[in-house]
Amino acid sequence: MAALTREETEALIQEVLEVYPEQARKDRAKHLAVNDQSLEKSNKCITSNRKSQPGVMTIRGCAYAGSKGVVWGPIKDMIHISHGPVGCGQYSRAGRRNYYVGTTGVNTFGTMNFTSDFQEKDIVFGGDKKLAKIMLEIEELFPLHKGISIQSECPIGLIGDDIEAVAKKANKEIGKPVVPVRCEGFRGVSQSLGHHIANDAIRDWVLENRDGDESFPTTPYDVAVIGDYNIGGDAWASRTLLEEMGLRVVAQWSGDGTIAEMEKTPKVKLNLIHCYRSMNYIARHMEEKYKIPWIEYNFFGPTKIAESLRKIAALFDETIQAGAERVIAKYQAEYDAVIAKYKPRLQGKRVMLYVGGLRPRHVIGAYEDLGMEVVGTGYEFGHNDDYDRTIKEMGNATLIYDDVTGYEFEEFVKKVQPDLIGSGIKEKYIFQKMGIPFRQMHSWDYSGPYHGYDGFAIFARDMDMTLNNPCWKQVKVPWKTDESTKVAVAASA
Amino acid sequence: MPSVMLKKNAEGKLVFYVPKKDLEEVAESVEFDSPEKWGGEVLLSDGSKYYFEPINAQPDFPVTLRAKRLDSGE
Repeated sequence: MAALTREETEALIQEVLEVYPEQARKDRAKHLAVNDQSLEKSNKCITSNRKSQPGVMTIRGCAYAGSKGVVWGPIKDMIHISHGPVGCGQYSRAGRRNYYVGTTGVNTFGTMNFTSDFQEKDIVFGGDKKLAKIMLEIEELFPLHKGISIQSECPIGLIGDDIEAVAKKANKEIGKPVVPVRCEGFRGVSQSLGHHIANDAIRDWVLENRDGDESFPTTPYDVAVIGDYNIGGDAWASRTLLEEMGLRVVAQWSGDGTIAEMEKTPKVKLNLIHCYRSMNYIARHMEEKYKIPWIEYNFFGPTKIAESLRKIAALFDETIQAGAERVIAKYQAEYDAVIAKYKPRLQGKRVMLYVGGLRPRHVIGAYEDLGMEVVGTGYEFGHNDDYDRTIKEMGNATLIYDDVTGYEFEEFVKKVQPDLIGSGIKEKYIFQKMGIPFRQMHSWDYSGPYHGYDGFAIFARDMDMTLNNPCWKQVKVPWKTDESTKVAVAASA
Repeated sequence: MPSVMLKKNAEGKLVFYVPKKDLEEVAESVEFDSPEKWGGEVLLSDGSKYYFEPINAQPDFPVTLRAKRLDSGE
């Protein structure tokens, strides 16, 4: 199917909006747009970070998901208590595949679920005593943990427990950082506020811990990788490239990260931001307080990697700049081979994306390296500044959708007929049943890493494996395929 | 009275960031921008105008300051 023109795309949006009642239609119309590269600012064409309409199927998460699941959860040597009823922690346990090195249950706790398991009596009489007891129990059972964070679930805010007081007291008793995070699920419109609250908690309870302590030996090449959650090993694939070009990665925020690394981050020379949406807050804070500059980078696909490596190197001296060129040259044969192998199989295929944080714009380059085209993209919980950055990455007259509803997404797919969809697990089986190849792009569909040159090879393989899988030819029942209809017509004639 | 985070970008221009509004804009002009006096009306590239109480020295960028919104530019 040929690419849609601007008028056709606009007509498509109008057509999809038609079923809504007037009020909802007016609201949803602001969240759907046709990309126009000539625009400098996204607020001219799209509204984002607004409350979802009641009654529609939104794909968003909550503030607790943003804090516990995204920002705090991957910090491996801390214990994160899901404070409240058991479900929030249990159903989100280990689903995000933030890989880490360590012995789970001894010195790392990433895939475990710690919860205060609220019962009726805790709601009625308050859960502070229980929380205090839990922390002493943790100290006794898991003496090698390096700190505790208290991730509030909805009831904590509703019944007004004073977790800050409990945290301060526990901090004195066990002598390790205890961080209360007020990330109750009802705050804000999506997980995005949870990221912000989590960043603020790090700012208030962790970042200053080593101020005035100069015992950590620094080098002029110290950097911190911020906003890489090591999904399927992403942060490792990124880190090797940075280290090969001569930089020293002091901290990983927060995939495979530790609290000690986070405390040392104010000593670095440059903060590298991968997921801008979830961690720009802390980078901006460090810029103001510690005068550490930050830049965004993109490690998806060789074009963007080379661009990013050069951009990072430009902020350092010649040794690092030479290092960047050396790294790009070293891997050239490898990624050229990947492109040579997969591009002929994927050339011209069209992709629709609907993901969170950074991927709706960051992976576009990787698809383009494989000769594919992204014809629609959107964020679950992006803000204006994300869309500002997306407009330039996307082709003209492509679809952009913010907080797309289940209905809208299905209708768009039916009309646009993409060759591949990249979105989350809730969308996966709907589209597979519609006969469209699908990749789960939140946690790389149990694959990964996708970052860096190593990740690109896996990314290309996965896309090919999904798209060109023979199973898609079997989706239609035999008597409804083109060939059988031809036979039937011939027989009846 | 939004809190505004101000910093200089690579070209030495003033970048204006209001976290609550996700507003990230380059400042076109600053009324007083000398080593002795800084502040006054700031015009952003999207046409909106903000006012900072003038101070007697260049602030140490990046810095967060309170601004008054004068004109939304719409």
